[in-house]
Amino acid sequence: MTPTFLLIAGRTSRQGTSLNDSKFGAEYLEETRTLLLHAEDLKQLGLQSGQRIRVRSAWGDAEVIAQVDKRGELPRGVVFIAYGEVSSRLMGGDTHGTGMPDSKGIEVVIEPGPVAPGPPADDLNSSEQGS
Amino acid sequence: MSTSAESLRVIENATCTFCGCVCDDMVLKVQGDRIVEAKNACVLGKAWFLNHHPENRPLATIEGKPVSLDEAVERAAQILVQARYPVVYGLSDTTCEAQRIAVAIADWIGACVDTTTSVCHGPSGMAFQGVGEVTCSLGEVKNRADLVIFWGCNPAESHPRHMTRYSTMPRGLFVPKGRKDRTVVLVDVRRTKTAPAADIFLAIKPRKDFEALWALRAIVKGMEVDERIEEETGLSMAQLKDLAQRMKSCKFGVLFFGMGLSMTRGKHLNVEAALALARDLNQFTKFYIKPMRGHGNVTGADNVVSWQTGYPFGVNLARGYPRFNPGEYTTADLLARGEADAALIIASDPLANFSQPAREHLRRIPYIALDPKETPTTRHATVAFTTAVYGINVAGTVYRMDDVPIRLRPALPSPYPSDEEVLRRIERRVRQLLGHPSSVHP
Repeated sequence: MTPTFLLIAGRTSRQGTSLNDSKFGAEYLEETRTLLLHAEDLKQLGLQSGQRIRVRSAWGDAEVIAQVDKRGELPRGVVFIAYGEVSSRLMGGDTHGTGMPDSKGIEVVIEPGPVAPGPPADDLNSSEQGS
Repeated sequence: MSTSAESLRVIENATCTFCGCVCDDMVLKVQGDRIVEAKNACVLGKAWFLNHHPENRPLATIEGKPVSLDEAVERAAQILVQARYPVVYGLSDTTCEAQRIAVAIADWIGACVDTTTSVCHGPSGMAFQGVGEVTCSLGEVKNRADLVIFWGCNPAESHPRHMTRYSTMPRGLFVPKGRKDRTVVLVDVRRTKTAPAADIFLAIKPRKDFEALWALRAIVKGMEVDERIEEETGLSMAQLKDLAQRMKSCKFGVLFFGMGLSMTRGKHLNVEAALALARDLNQFTKFYIKPMRGHGNVTGADNVVSWQTGYPFGVNLARGYPRFNPGEYTTADLLARGEADAALIIASDPLANFSQPAREHLRRIPYIALDPKETPTTRHATVAFTTAVYGINVAGTVYRMDDVPIRLRPALPSPYPSDEEVLRRIERRVRQLLGHPSSVHP
């Protein structure tokens, strides 16, 4: 059975500083497409730090880079990503009558390899007009 | 382009509008069209000021093609008056003066008016209405607080000067030794960068904030709590009793809470539990509670929309009087349900920050975007305006996270108009199209 993780999205210093430069810049995109995992969780999933992985919630999926939580911030079973287009992609549209979608504590599964179906993660950042 | 011949100008007491701390003690050095030094700024503030550079973007675009300001204003006004269920959204990164014009536009066209509060501390706004807020200023915290609790927030990364300027480090009137006179507690799922700055770190289980806060309320009142609370929340009975005792016995306690409460399952109920705990503690001591607000003038948006409509966000003006209903009139819902048929988006980026269904609908409808920088939202806008940056190019009023208004001292002129100027022009044209040429708004 595929283990389920709880995803927390949040601010990081690097996300905050790099968005002042550009949301299309390499630093911002790298920061917001990196998923932090506990070292033991990474090991249990058979993944390597720096590996491309697929993270999937009930509402969407995205390709991200797995990164081990070197500072030891995360408890087992909790994964973290900086706020950005990918974290939004994994949120649902329902706000339970509050206006606020569940943005922290989202249940996700993690699999190796790139996202097979659907548009690429940077589709919304393309320069094309409309859709 | 700056040259060595250009003199260096110094702007004292400038204000950083990157986050809700709104630090107004910046000393900016300006050379030509660049800010070359930002003394007193934190890492986020330095990035805010030093990355500011003249944008090489057209003043306005329609469907991606450069147009004059007049053409863009005309198209924007036409979109807004022809819409049947428009929404005016954003507002947290602009001045109060621009915010009030945006509300006026919403009023003329019978739109929903909503701010980014609805996707950050909107649930907190609901909880304030249910419980009330025992509030204080950050100045009072600086001068009096001997117990500071951060719950579900990470000021070390999101508000880097909060601790050094206001809450934990500064020496105050009744805490003359500064940090040594205070006890600092962090309650969070993650052992964040804020943890080393705290005396006590309590690692709570994800999505168990309500349970822990409710248990604390019971302990504070002297009631028995089931020992299984540790299994439920990750916090032991000893930890909870110790925290409750510290809260009851401090002279001036304050709980700062972040989106760890408002964005997690339970949302406004989590915040209600925290507000009720702070209220209860005033039977024993002075205890206060404040949300950690993110954007530079999101607190101003709450204030302006409140004094103009009576409600802070998620307001519908279609019937000619305001109705407040989060979940119905909030933008994330209006878009995700496919209801809004046009939008006016000011200083925010819903195409990056909203859920997939909401983003997909936004891309299907005509919308107008005002932003100093290029974002996913401006790229896909039917009409996009490049505007000057508040605080750097534009004067005006913003509200710090503790509802203290602060006047901005801009450092540089901009080739682009302010949000206020663009919105005034749109409002004027909307009135003309609706047959109301005279304005009640100065």
